[in-house]
Amino acid sequence: MSTLTQAVRTSTTGGTKRGRAARNRVETRRAMPAFYWMVWPAVIAFAAFHTLPVIIGIFFSFTNYAGYGAWNFVGLSNYANLFRDDRVLAAYGFSFLFAIVATILTNVISLAIALGLNAKIVGRNFFRGVYFVPYVLAILVIGYVFQFFFSNSLPKILSGIPLFRDNLLTSPDWAWTAIVVLAVWQACAFAIIIYLSGLQTIPGELYEAASLDGAGAWRQFRSITFPLIGAFFTINVVLSLKGFLQVFDPIVSLTNGGPGTSTESVTLLIFRGGFSGGEFAYQTANAVIFFIVITVVSLFQFRVLQRREADF
Amino acid sequence: MTTATTTLAQAEEALPTGATDAVGGGRRPRRGRGRESDDTRRINWWATALIAVCSLTVLIPLYLAVVVALKTPDQLVSGTGFEWPNPVNWGNFAEAWQRTNFPQALTNTALITVGSVVFTLLTSSIVAYALARNIHRPFFKGVFFYLLAALFIPFPIIMLPLVKQTAILGLDNQAGMIVLYTIYGLSLNVFIYTAYIRSIPIELEEAARVDGASTWRVFWQVIFPLLAPMNATVGILTCVWAWNDFIMPLVVLTDPAARTLPLAQYVFQGQFNTEYTTAFASYLMAMAPLLIVYIFSQRWVISGVTRGSIK
Repeated sequence: MSTLTQAVRTSTTGGTKRGRAARNRVETRRAMPAFYWMVWPAVIAFAAFHTLPVIIGIFFSFTNYAGYGAWNFVGLSNYANLFRDDRVLAAYGFSFLFAIVATILTNVISLAIALGLNAKIVGRNFFRGVYFVPYVLAILVIGYVFQFFFSNSLPKILSGIPLFRDNLLTSPDWAWTAIVVLAVWQACAFAIIIYLSGLQTIPGELYEAASLDGAGAWRQFRSITFPLIGAFFTINVVLSLKGFLQVFDPIVSLTNGGPGTSTESVTLLIFRGGFSGGEFAYQTANAVIFFIVITVVSLFQFRVLQRREADF
Repeated sequence: MTTATTTLAQAEEALPTGATDAVGGGRRPRRGRGRESDDTRRINWWATALIAVCSLTVLIPLYLAVVVALKTPDQLVSGTGFEWPNPVNWGNFAEAWQRTNFPQALTNTALITVGSVVFTLLTSSIVAYALARNIHRPFFKGVFFYLLAALFIPFPIIMLPLVKQTAILGLDNQAGMIVLYTIYGLSLNVFIYTAYIRSIPIELEEAARVDGASTWRVFWQVIFPLLAPMNATVGILTCVWAWNDFIMPLVVLTDPAARTLPLAQYVFQGQFNTEYTTAFASYLMAMAPLLIVYIFSQRWVISGVTRGSIK
């Protein structure tokens, strides 16, 4: 080892900074103790409050623990029952329907608005600020405002349309669309900002060259803009789908899972069953499945979407 | 130190467009910062009109919240809710102030938010520094990926066991919330910080080391001040999260006196779900503090958030 150090030292005559850095790196195989002191407490705390609950959850998913009292091991029967439980299947169905529709709408709308904000418009900074406002509002609280709008204002404004007159939120078939409206309304704030920063990375020369070649606005978008913001598209789609699958706050504020259980998401079901339904073990099993589903969906999306990205 | 600050200024200057370096081959795009002045395109009035109309969707719910909060229940029943009240009824705010115990909820939320931000900034940056400077060593690399993997774990899987755990440890209160936000934020924050720390030239530290400074001292006196832009980003993200979060206070906090603002709205809504006028005054008061802060620091907040999301 010392010969190597020697070699490094002699090869960089004059003792440049780079030579010194390289020597340091070779000499100290273990990091300085201070670095370990910086990391260990955090690792322990993280393991205690994040990893430990995960492991405990997985452990109890093999039992019949109700959240209190005695419990026994029941093997995989919780998992087997999950796949036969209509309420659980309905919750997954709702979560996926909601998440897919909301993801598509969020990305289409926020990309369109980002394009508008990226054009030369009057008061761009003002409007950019306005569109970001929903991000700083608690979705539960603004959700109550939406709830009033859907249940009290809309029936009077659109009294000619039976669906709205009878309060959209009480329709078992269509209440989910109101939740989509609220969730998309808020999610767009963040997505717009990401798309906008993506659009600003595209050099203007490309558009100039394209319009000299006679490419119209749509052609420019399809052939230049969209391929070049591929990475931002991927990030936005993956993050929004993951977030929407776990939807909770908008449902609590608008329908609370109703009417009946028609808008019950997986997170809401785990919360209700686990805390007040005496299904602690059963719902942790549900959460384990949910975790696997979310991971698979996210990885799958990265795979598919990254293949479509283009570089300069 | 002055050289360090100038380096920082340059680094910060380059950072918002840093993402383009990978794409644009290190060339700074012409349309970066200050494009307002060198943008020679004609003003696009169609886009302006469209953007202005669409921005109403953001403003209308806020307007609705304000007008309903200014009405009496009788004024509300007669219309759709959007009419401007005459006379304006300010009494709802006083009523909401009292009935939701606003001062208490505000204090709790402020305490939790400030505590979380302070502890997050102090701890995440230290961990990220140690990881970034030793990422070639197996132990630190392992820790980095351990924290990163946690990003994939959805909250529902932790939720049920966590509630038992916090109750046993006596952390089902404001202090516990601070601990949880600090720890759960660690994954993402370390990820944000390390990318930035690795762009800080190691020579800056070595100069201090040669002068005999310990690793801790190097961190506090050289690195931490240089992290200012990332501290802003992490601080904003943590602040918005801790202030607006609903599900974690809902499951963890047991004492009604520990209620946060969103939780107080939830409880109030559950008890008096048809008293819209008072409730809306309460909602406005719950949203106002962060909204006001945002209005005054809008550019700074947006650039901070952008910096964190593009790397």
